[in-house]
Amino acid sequence: MKQSVTVVKDDNVKFGATAKAVAAKLLPKMPKWNVQTFLRKVLIPLASILLFIGLWHVGAKSLFNIEADYKIEKALTDQGQAAADEMAACIASGDVSCQPNTLPSPAQVWTSFNTLIADHKTISADKAEFKAKTAALNEKREAEGKAPITYTGRPSFVDQIFTSLKTVFAGFLLALVIAVPVGIIIGLSSTLRNSFNWLIQIFKPVSPVVWLLLVFMIVKTMTKDSDSDSAFIISFISVGLCAMWATLVNTAMGVSTVDKDYINVAKVLKLGAIQKVFKVILPSSLPLIFTGLRITLSVAWMVLIAIELLAQSPGLGSFVWEEFQNGANDSNSKIIVAMFVIGIIGFLLDRIMLTIQNMVSFNKNATA
Amino acid sequence: MAYLELKNINKTYGTGAEATEVLTDINLSIEEGEFVAIVGFTGSGKTTLVNLINGLLKPTSGEVLFKGEPVKGTSHERGVIFQNYSLLPWLTVGQNVSMAVKEAFPKASKTELKERVTEYVKMVNLLPAINKRPKELSGGMRQRVSVARALAMNPEMIIMDEPLGALDALTRGNLQDEILKIWSKDKRTALLITNDVDEGIYMADRIIPLKPGPNATLGPEFKINIDRPRDKTALNDNPEYKKTRNAIIEYLMGIGEARKSASKKEYVLPDVAPKSFVA
Repeated sequence: MKQSVTVVKDDNVKFGATAKAVAAKLLPKMPKWNVQTFLRKVLIPLASILLFIGLWHVGAKSLFNIEADYKIEKALTDQGQAAADEMAACIASGDVSCQPNTLPSPAQVWTSFNTLIADHKTISADKAEFKAKTAALNEKREAEGKAPITYTGRPSFVDQIFTSLKTVFAGFLLALVIAVPVGIIIGLSSTLRNSFNWLIQIFKPVSPVVWLLLVFMIVKTMTKDSDSDSAFIISFISVGLCAMWATLVNTAMGVSTVDKDYINVAKVLKLGAIQKVFKVILPSSLPLIFTGLRITLSVAWMVLIAIELLAQSPGLGSFVWEEFQNGANDSNSKIIVAMFVIGIIGFLLDRIMLTIQNMVSFNKNATA
Repeated sequence: MAYLELKNINKTYGTGAEATEVLTDINLSIEEGEFVAIVGFTGSGKTTLVNLINGLLKPTSGEVLFKGEPVKGTSHERGVIFQNYSLLPWLTVGQNVSMAVKEAFPKASKTELKERVTEYVKMVNLLPAINKRPKELSGGMRQRVSVARALAMNPEMIIMDEPLGALDALTRGNLQDEILKIWSKDKRTALLITNDVDEGIYMADRIIPLKPGPNATLGPEFKINIDRPRDKTALNDNPEYKKTRNAIIEYLMGIGEARKSASKKEYVLPDVAPKSFVA
């Protein structure tokens, strides 16, 4: 949108001044550092994080003790005193084979995080090596018209994150492409709004799982003869369908409740129908449309995990599910790592949307 | 033939039992080049009347004739200055004006458009603020943008709906002068709706009071026989000004009183007497 950028347009303003103005816009204003703001903005948030980790640590410890006591008790009743002593010694030694399976402590989660990163490094090194090895062969195969050999090893945790992001963006784009135009059309006509309202109200609360099954029924048949990645298609369409309702409802509402004054202006200026939509109605409903899009993106990210889990398409959801099924010693802490990663990415996505919203809309007061 | 003519206009909102007749039997004719002010209480149907003339509303019965032709919808020949400025908040001052110019002069070249926009923004002394958005401007500046937008379309008639109502007295005075200057320069026809009798007397050739609604109708007209350009400071001592002002205010107060005493509702008082506790 061309009116979005408010760069100083005076011709005689020198480049340096413009750059300064832009920098002032982009960089947040640094607050004056005194004791109070330091306390409020740094110390207290830091203290709350430490408190959270402390509580988690204590809780995990007590859960660990309950589980350990139970294990020793069980060994005592089943196999006698010797076995119980052996079990107690085994748990105390930290041996992997006999650790109680419960909520992992913060330290364990941190270790798992490092393991996952190291694992990613190994896998990407492996991948690079594979690529170097097959480069010559692939060139030959390409010349012969054959498909190149691709790496089929297990994806790392970081790869899974990018797969999930890809799916969520595809789903979000689908929601955007469907919901915004339909919302505008429905918003413009009260007859259409009334006739489609029941449909929206019925489909809005439908669970992601049901959407997935519905999409599965259709896509399965449609992709019968092709070798496309149907798991990806199914999951991104389901994500899009689940998440688009917020945008649809908000767009329709934004378009239908444009300030009457603006409509009067459009009439007095005698704008044509299309110009009225693009120059008056759309800009004025942009804040609401973006609020809808923000909700859509966060719903999409939330729903994605469940859908990946069920659709068995690769990504964070299937990572969590596989770790749970796996039941290895550090599975639980890997699940917690995934939880934090999902949370942080969701937060970042919302921030990005908020920034875009503030850039394109005239309503500069949008906040979290 | 009058330039703008309203013939037996009635305007009713709603239908059936909920119908309220806002305007009843409005007759008005304005000559070309004239400056007419309509003065009325708030809520008397002034904005409805304006919207009938500029074509945003259709009368329930009666006819609005502009240059002899019945008014069908809005037209670029009648520029409107709205009560609440109605600027598009996502556009800058320049863009707000240029949007109107583009519509009024679809064949103009880019440089012509730009020149025209600059000319009118300059006319209302807002050139330094041309790249600002309405939110960054004061109320008076916003209304000046609204004036520039209406005039840049080069309308033959300017319709102003309480344009200065929300402004402080000083800004109001300045803008009155600016509007008068523009009006006298090209001798456009102007219709001013206001609730300020002094503003009407200072600016208009004729003042017509609007009796308060529902069933609002126009009262007798008052001619203002004061030579132009009028001097605001000297106006207070002008006997003609005093006479007209008193007459109009007396008339308006009279309707106000009549309205109060016209209430026909009778209240039935309960037939009760204090109870006697003495045995």
